[in-house]
Amino acid sequence: MPLIKRGDEPVWKKREPLKQYAHWAGWMLGGMLFVWCWALISENTIWEFLYDADEQAASLIGRMIPPDWSITGSLMRPLWDTINIATVGTALGILIAFPLAFLAARNTSPHPALRAFALAVIVSSRSINALIWAMLLVTIVGPGIFAGMLAIALRSIGFVGKLLYEAIEEIHPTPVEALSATGAGRTQVLAYAVWPQIMPAFAGISVYRWDINIREATTLGLVGAGGIGLQMNAAINNLAWAQVATVFVLIFATVVASEWVSAKVRHAVL
Amino acid sequence: MSASAPASGADSKRLAQLRDGIWKPLPLIRDARWRWALNASVLLYIVLAWLSVDINWARVAQGMDRGLAFMASFLQPDFITRGGEIFTGLKESLTMTLASTVIGVLLAIPVGLGAARNISPLPVYLFCRSIIALSRTFQEIIIAILFVAMFGFGPLAGVVTLAFATIGFMAKLLAEDIEDTQREPLEAIRATGASWLQWVNYAVQPQVMPRLIGLSLYRLDINFRESAVIGIVGAGGIGATLNTSINRYDYDTSAAILLLIIVIVLMSEYLSGYVRKWTQ
Amino acid sequence: MLTLTGLSKRYDTGDLALSDITLEVPAGQVMALIGPSGAGKSTLIRCVNRLVEPSAGSVVLDGLDITKVRGGKLRQARRQIGMIFQNYALVERLSVMENVLSGRLAYVGFWRSFFRQFPSPDIKQALNLLERVGLETMFDKRGDALSGGQKQRVGIARALMQNPKLLLVDEPTASLDPKTSRQIMRLICELCREQQLAAVINIHDVVLAQQFVDRVVGLRAGRLVFDGPPSALTPETLTDIYGEEDWSVPENEGENDSENTNAAVPLDLAKPIGQGGHP
Ligand SMILES: Nc1ncnc2c1ncn2[C@@H]1O[C@H](COP(=O)(O)OP(=O)(O)OP(=O)(O)O)[C@@H](O)[C@H]1O
Ligand SMILES: [Mg+2]
Repeated sequence: MPLIKRGDEPVWKKREPLKQYAHWAGWMLGGMLFVWCWALISENTIWEFLYDADEQAASLIGRMIPPDWSITGSLMRPLWDTINIATVGTALGILIAFPLAFLAARNTSPHPALRAFALAVIVSSRSINALIWAMLLVTIVGPGIFAGMLAIALRSIGFVGKLLYEAIEEIHPTPVEALSATGAGRTQVLAYAVWPQIMPAFAGISVYRWDINIREATTLGLVGAGGIGLQMNAAINNLAWAQVATVFVLIFATVVASEWVSAKVRHAVL
Repeated sequence: MSASAPASGADSKRLAQLRDGIWKPLPLIRDARWRWALNASVLLYIVLAWLSVDINWARVAQGMDRGLAFMASFLQPDFITRGGEIFTGLKESLTMTLASTVIGVLLAIPVGLGAARNISPLPVYLFCRSIIALSRTFQEIIIAILFVAMFGFGPLAGVVTLAFATIGFMAKLLAEDIEDTQREPLEAIRATGASWLQWVNYAVQPQVMPRLIGLSLYRLDINFRESAVIGIVGAGGIGATLNTSINRYDYDTSAAILLLIIVIVLMSEYLSGYVRKWTQ
Repeated sequence: MLTLTGLSKRYDTGDLALSDITLEVPAGQVMALIGPSGAGKSTLIRCVNRLVEPSAGSVVLDGLDITKVRGGKLRQARRQIGMIFQNYALVERLSVMENVLSGRLAYVGFWRSFFRQFPSPDIKQALNLLERVGLETMFDKRGDALSGGQKQRVGIARALMQNPKLLLVDEPTASLDPKTSRQIMRLICELCREQQLAAVINIHDVVLAQQFVDRVVGLRAGRLVFDGPPSALTPETLTDIYGEEDWSVPENEGENDSENTNAAVPLDLAKPIGQGGHP
């Protein structure tokens, strides 16, 4: 789809005039919508706060440097919790998402009603962030990393489920036909013709989600669901920005490490 | 066709076993030691992770009532009691989403161009890549905390947060896309003596535009979902209302808000499917 | 052994792919099914093992009406019918051995097959078949590491693993070069003779079919228009099946395949039928 700029070049008018006007009108409308949004936002913004934003930023950064390394030791346990929340949560999510994906995929679903149910679960889980799930779960199972794991699992179901059922719908149908033609049962066809075809996608999706979950797990402590976010929240509430900086550095290192691990695994599987 | 390669020792052993009617598939990891090491470490991890979780079952049992109450409230969501707050919150979330996506995508384009190794000089490349790394490492909520500290409470901090996150997301994918483009058109246009901007406009843009639109729509979706979260730390949107309702155990209102979020996400997915078809 | 009676198929799209086909295939007979593209050949053989649901008529294999059974009974019927596909239909990420053994799935329980615990007679049989098709050293190779001809051999071995009474073969050579095509065709027909299997082979290459089969059945627009021995195919009958075309051999192009001399009809149709020069 060419940009509007091209309309200026007389040689290159691809569209008929009427379509061109419609095109411009579309962009105009979009622009107006944006301006309207912006107006609404600025209405609700106290611009006075912004006059010293640069000073605020400078002082914030000033207080963050150098980070307070003395608390590093006490952050190791929360960091370990964070990794556990992400890993166990991902595993739980995958465990539930896996059968759900087979129910949701058009070509493997046993019944349309089950398919609709699976799709509804997937979209609900996907639409709601892990942090919101965590807020809810903290009120239900109490604060701690158990709530965090469940929150990560609930969010992962939708993500893994969706990508996996799309992968299932994209398999080659002929091996499935071939094995059905041998008289193999439904589950055997799934195990022999469908699973080998989706296995690489499944591994890729799982590792990808784990990678995202490591990041998400760092924030769950903000609502009391365990992990390093708890310490971050405390430091922020105390305005101890040097400690916040230490937490940031640790999060950064963890995320980089998890990206390295997931890249390795993906490489090994494909 | 047959026996083209001389069978190696291991192969001929397996073949001999086959003649005796014994067959096992080749293991995924050939080296037995690595296989055992991997199995052992997975087992060890499961044990360690299990030890680190201390589930307070009494507390969980207590909470079950609330859990059931929450599920029940999905059957009778309450859109009315806090209707006003929900409406303003959603309106704010939607405006933040749109504004931040537009700003973020516009800013992501230069960053993405700079972060594509095949069209940018090294210093620019490194600079743009570090912006991307920074934006991608930290969750929106953490960035929101910082921007709220700088800009004060309100939707502006939210817009800046989401725009910043959008830059990292879009620029990375855009850069990868550009790095994957075909070389020939790039060289052909360069050979005409076009300037750098012209070159980008004529050779790069047509190749990456459809995906750019698709990704922007996807990001719009993500930004909406995130806008429901960053309100928790005071960056505007529906999140604050949701947070309050959950903390008050006002699950009927929470359920109403969650249902609205789900419906909006569904609608936007439906729409973006159409737009994608239409732009291709 | 296989009896089709009044078999018809109308797809949901409204295409009448088969109309009122009645046909009997005795045990051990190798039959070629020829006809132009879209004549309904694939539909016919897919109706036999119910990969396609027939709209009307019956398919009786050894006294059992396959159109009437479902569930476990259908699977039992299917395991007596081997099928070979044009595009091989191997599971590419499984090894050759696993692909061949998957022909036994209907004979072993789910968990045994899941953990790859096949009975050792099955494994010996798989090895025998791999030797028969010339791939015994490849058993650990992955399906996607094979050439087209090799994949088709694995496909044949998988079908024979079922110990079938009947082979359904859908254009086994359409994706292969001429030499490999002959080899594959010969292999299939030899195996059928060795094991006294009946076979229905869809094929576009009439000359190839004529050399190997006992009987030819011609289909046109879903109707049976020819049924006879290969030697009975004449330019007139070919016109009946495929439509108007000059079936004679141009002088300068003849005799480029010496094995052709035993063909009953002096035709050279090595080129795809219907694309030759117009009269
Ligand atoms: N799944 C389907 N849905 C609808 N119509 C179909 C389907 N499969 C085949 N048909 C139609 O049925 C008719 C017969 O198709 P079939 O595939 O059996 O022909 P064929 O003789 O095998 O052709 P070819 O030689 O090209 O393989 C065609 O008109 C085709 O369009
Ligand atoms: Mg066909």
